[in-house]
Amino acid sequence: MIEAHGLTKVYGDKRAVDDLSFTVRPGTVTGFLGPNGAGKSTTMRMIVGLDRPDAGTARIGGRPYRDTPAPLQEVGCHLDARAAHPGRTAYNTLLALAQSNGIPASRVDEVLGIVGLSEVARRRSGGFSLGMGQRLGIAAALLGDPGVLILDEPVNGLDPEGILWVRNLLKHLASEGRTVLVSSHLMSEMALTAEHLVVIGRGRLLADTTVEAFIESSSQRSIRIVSPHAVHLRDRLVAAGGVVSHDGGHGLEVTGLDQVVVGDVAAAAGATVHELRTQQPSLEEAFMELTRDSVEYSATSTTTTDVTTHHRSAA
Amino acid sequence: MSTVTPTAPDTVRPYLSPVRAKGVSFPRALQSEWTKLRTLRSTWTTLATAVLLMVGVAVLVSSVVVSQWDTTDPLSRALFEPLSVALAGTTFAAIAIAAFGVLTITGEYATGAIRGSLLAVPRRTPVLLAKAVLLAVVTYVSMLIATLASFAASTAILSGKGLDASLGDPGVLRVLLGTPAYLAVVALLGLGIGAILRSTPAGITSLIGVLLVLPPLAGLLPGKIGETASHWLPSAAGQQVTLVTPDPGGLAPWLGLGVMAAYAVVLLAAAAVMLRRRDA
Repeated sequence: MIEAHGLTKVYGDKRAVDDLSFTVRPGTVTGFLGPNGAGKSTTMRMIVGLDRPDAGTARIGGRPYRDTPAPLQEVGCHLDARAAHPGRTAYNTLLALAQSNGIPASRVDEVLGIVGLSEVARRRSGGFSLGMGQRLGIAAALLGDPGVLILDEPVNGLDPEGILWVRNLLKHLASEGRTVLVSSHLMSEMALTAEHLVVIGRGRLLADTTVEAFIESSSQRSIRIVSPHAVHLRDRLVAAGGVVSHDGGHGLEVTGLDQVVVGDVAAAAGATVHELRTQQPSLEEAFMELTRDSVEYSATSTTTTDVTTHHRSAA
Repeated sequence: MSTVTPTAPDTVRPYLSPVRAKGVSFPRALQSEWTKLRTLRSTWTTLATAVLLMVGVAVLVSSVVVSQWDTTDPLSRALFEPLSVALAGTTFAAIAIAAFGVLTITGEYATGAIRGSLLAVPRRTPVLLAKAVLLAVVTYVSMLIATLASFAASTAILSGKGLDASLGDPGVLRVLLGTPAYLAVVALLGLGIGAILRSTPAGITSLIGVLLVLPPLAGLLPGKIGETASHWLPSAAGQQVTLVTPDPGGLAPWLGLGVMAAYAVVLLAAAAVMLRRRDA
């Protein structure tokens, strides 16, 4: 369990993280989403005590990270694929970390096996590709077999096979009852990996919800109706209160009306219907919409919260 | 809060690991830092460079002295001091050791490895303290070897003209044991400056400035103030122990080394406070 309460980090006159509160629960993968520069990395660094918050607190398992007696056993962190000394071998990098926490050296070989780096264990990490660096970072996070995992953009630089591996690994780790917080700016990736989402924009919380509810809450949901009487139908739908766009042929896009209402309007109008369906926006689209709001409203300081409430009430 | 609760969080049993971690302690921090120090090639190349510089300069200068002895004027002969010839390379070794001390910490900042170190030991101070202990021990041992090897090589060459010093001569043993101690303190100053500046070039430049540039500048201060100031500078104070005939106006040899060590302690204490307070 990770608990953030009012986390705030100010750089000069920029509020990189602004009164951010959320809870990450065990047993599911929680995606930490936001555009680049939203404050994801800073938040993660504050959670594990690398950066000092200007306000607020972060607790892991009920206490600040700094107070954990064997931190690597409690929390596994992978914040940067280029965080190992390039002159040291993968094995020795992990051995030094293991020794500091009194973790048996045999565990080093184990985690190297888990991430698939056994064969290059005795090679200096300076020669590693970005993907191998990610694997080494994940190995370091797994070293203490921790109940909480915090990973910052772990799939960056991985090939498709590597991305699939990380995805399955994270799901597996969560299924064992671990708390998994993973950041990404790739919404499509999170749609496949995460069950829960914490979305931030400009350092503020935009949504804290399930992936399902997040997509559901998007106001972008529209109804597509295809009819040879499209022009006639369009006027009736507008009269019923819908916002309608016509593709010029037989297709109409309707927002502001339910699928049932659209069907009823079509029946009442005597229009032949070839197709009628609700178009679910992808996570990508829901996210774009949400963060566009946060950018639009950022000039005034209060409305971002309104956006959040709007989405929560919609959920 | 969200109206949709995530999948039954209360029923999830938190993960319990079969791996047994004993937890962070200072001896474990020492063990970890020793692994880091010994597994970097730069550690051994830097130390080897320092040893070779000392022995190489000793051999070179001793050979020149011997070859020119017959034509050397009486005054220079009277002032000749065999140990200063044997340890003529100390200044060069000090530069290599200064870089060694600085790099021990700035190398971690440059590569980002510092974050892993501080995540593993979040109270942070043990990391710096362990580095300091290891740096002092490793530098002392390796530079004791370098000092004794330089003395042996120089003695072998100088004995051809009967110019060699003996271990029993006054001050010789003190210099042979004190010179590596002076170099160990140089390494600690490097660690302190490196931890505060967090940059390899800035750290090395600053330390060399303090050791080599500051002394002549202090001498420019007017009268008694300049003289006193220059005696209390870290390098002048520490170097007294490396001289068979210390500067009579300066601090006593071991006191001087103590003063230099005090500078290092103050610097490391400041570095520890900053390490705990600053974002990593």
